[in-house]
Amino acid sequence: MDLMEYQGKQVFARYGIEVSPGDVARTADEAVAVAQRVGYPVVVKAQVHIGGRGKAGGVKLAHDAEETRFHAGNILGLDIRGHVVSVLWVEHASDIAEEYYASFTLDRSAKKHLGMLSAQGGVDIEAVAASAPDAIARVWVDPTVGLTTEQARAWVEAARLNPAATDGAVDILLTLYRCYVDGDCDLAEINPLILTPDGQVKALDAKVSLDDNAAFRHPEWEAFAGTEDLDERERLAKEKHLQYVGLDGTVGIIANGAGLAMSTVDVVSQVGGTPANFLDIGGGANAAVMAAALEVIESDDKVRAIFINIFGGITRGEEVANGIVQALGRFTPRSPIVIRLDGTNAEEGRRILEPHLSDRLVSQPTMLDAARQAVALAGTVA
Amino acid sequence: MAIFVDEGTRVVVQGLTGGQGRYHGLRNRAYGTRVVAGVSPKKAGIDVEGIPVVASVQEAVDAHQANASFVVVPPAAAAGAILEAATAGLAFIVCITEGIPAKDEARVYNALVNDHPGVRLLGPNCPGVISPGKCNIGITAGEIAQLPTAGGPNVGIVSRSGTLTYQALYELKQKEIGVSTCVGIGGDPVPGTSFVDCLAAFEEDAETDAILMIGEIGGSAEEEAAEFVAAHVTKPMSAYIAGVTAPPGKKMGHAGAIVSGGKGTAQGKMDALAAAGVQVGRNPTEAGELMAEIVASLS
Repeated sequence: MDLMEYQGKQVFARYGIEVSPGDVARTADEAVAVAQRVGYPVVVKAQVHIGGRGKAGGVKLAHDAEETRFHAGNILGLDIRGHVVSVLWVEHASDIAEEYYASFTLDRSAKKHLGMLSAQGGVDIEAVAASAPDAIARVWVDPTVGLTTEQARAWVEAARLNPAATDGAVDILLTLYRCYVDGDCDLAEINPLILTPDGQVKALDAKVSLDDNAAFRHPEWEAFAGTEDLDERERLAKEKHLQYVGLDGTVGIIANGAGLAMSTVDVVSQVGGTPANFLDIGGGANAAVMAAALEVIESDDKVRAIFINIFGGITRGEEVANGIVQALGRFTPRSPIVIRLDGTNAEEGRRILEPHLSDRLVSQPTMLDAARQAVALAGTVA
Repeated sequence: MAIFVDEGTRVVVQGLTGGQGRYHGLRNRAYGTRVVAGVSPKKAGIDVEGIPVVASVQEAVDAHQANASFVVVPPAAAAGAILEAATAGLAFIVCITEGIPAKDEARVYNALVNDHPGVRLLGPNCPGVISPGKCNIGITAGEIAQLPTAGGPNVGIVSRSGTLTYQALYELKQKEIGVSTCVGIGGDPVPGTSFVDCLAAFEEDAETDAILMIGEIGGSAEEEAAEFVAAHVTKPMSAYIAGVTAPPGKKMGHAGAIVSGGKGTAQGKMDALAAAGVQVGRNPTEAGELMAEIVASLS
């Protein structure tokens, strides 16, 4: 789950990473109240799931209540490349001597945690990586050992930060590592990490992405529920615990397993169709899951045909078949359905489906045949 | 011959008394796998349709000579279960658990590398491994795997995705092409066994004559595999990469499957494999057809 800046700062605060005093505001009045509390000057910042807020006019400096109200009023409702601002973060403005970049993420090739630190902060780190790769100091951390103080110090020295920042940077990086690991972040990034004229090192921004698989040990993540950047279909799917990604086409896709779902999207495209979505029902597809999947697919007006592609492993053929039959008892889709069923207990599954087959519910033996028929149906149904 | 598992594999199921563990443990046994014990600290002493349940993996090793483990436990318990199996001295561990936090996976992977260098972990979040006719550990439906052809040629299969592993088996079954071993390495960010590990094992395996590889978008495992193929693999290969049409920045179900910054795209992976001499199909069926041509040329 990708967090917005203010949520990332809440995670940072939990682990003791220094941020500027501030709070969330949803109206201009609230913004002024926060500003009075934290002290002027303040920065008023749009909270959206997208970068480049400053250039879009979503970050403004204010010296008094009037300016705060003016900027807050302008930023609320602002459309930043399709993301409309409804939440602001208002914080005491920091004096900045220098801007750095720091982050931790998983290096999947090395299978270790990767820390990146650069004296060139406040800009897009991918641009730095492309134009001046040597400007990024990297450290690989063995998860069974953790980031040691000596390692952090050598890393900071390799990044050639201002010597005045060394001790503060070592401290904040050790804390950021703990936040990244104990906080189950997929990404914990500070850009910019700033050095103030009086020698403090602190986080001016926060970009945090959480590992959804670790939610069971983070009850505090409840606070972030419902704030994700999802379209309506994705929100409905999430409520029903389905893995769904919305696309633009007309063939709705339900498959079991991420790989098969991806492959189904590929095959539908290759036979000349346009996939409406990626939807993985995972293992163990019962009637409730299948009904939920059909409902999510049908909430998309563009869908003209549905392709259910199941290869049984954990998911058993008779469960899927019963699931489909029962789901169709509860819910009548607008679109015709093409089913391809194979694998564990597939024959039993096909026997269960047999009496229910019609021109609205078709069974095909192979993935390619099923894709072709689904695409044909999507083209002919008005 | 085969890789990783064969007639001599003696399996302990960690989680045999749970719903999934019981179902798949019994299915594996019905296939012919020697399932010698189950582990459940709370239910030790009972049996599951004749399979004795003991309190620890160590006991399964001592009393039942287990030499491999099948881990089917909930995500919160998986890291502990894998390390228990490694500590008990099992050299091969299959973990099918889906939804393990990435931090746990990274910690377990490095703990195995540091403290148990002889141990191979397959998974987590994988379908398991089957050497047809010999041993099946995991959730693969054994009947879709074609038995190896005496005297060959036989194909080794390695795949990231579970259901595409079955699809690959199915494609070869339709064509009556023998399979030596089929390995599903799983789609998580830190798999215990990589494509390269499997390719190296297949290259060494006398029963395997050709290799079918199924990859997907995200990460760089397929690119690393392509480099390895160019340098070390002499056996002919076909491949398919899922996610050609995936939009960038979206996580396609598997935690690992995300295209970011132009890296990890299906096209990049297909190009890398083709450059290494692999026949690359645009869908699983095409990869199967390419493999059929390879096998025909070997017969």
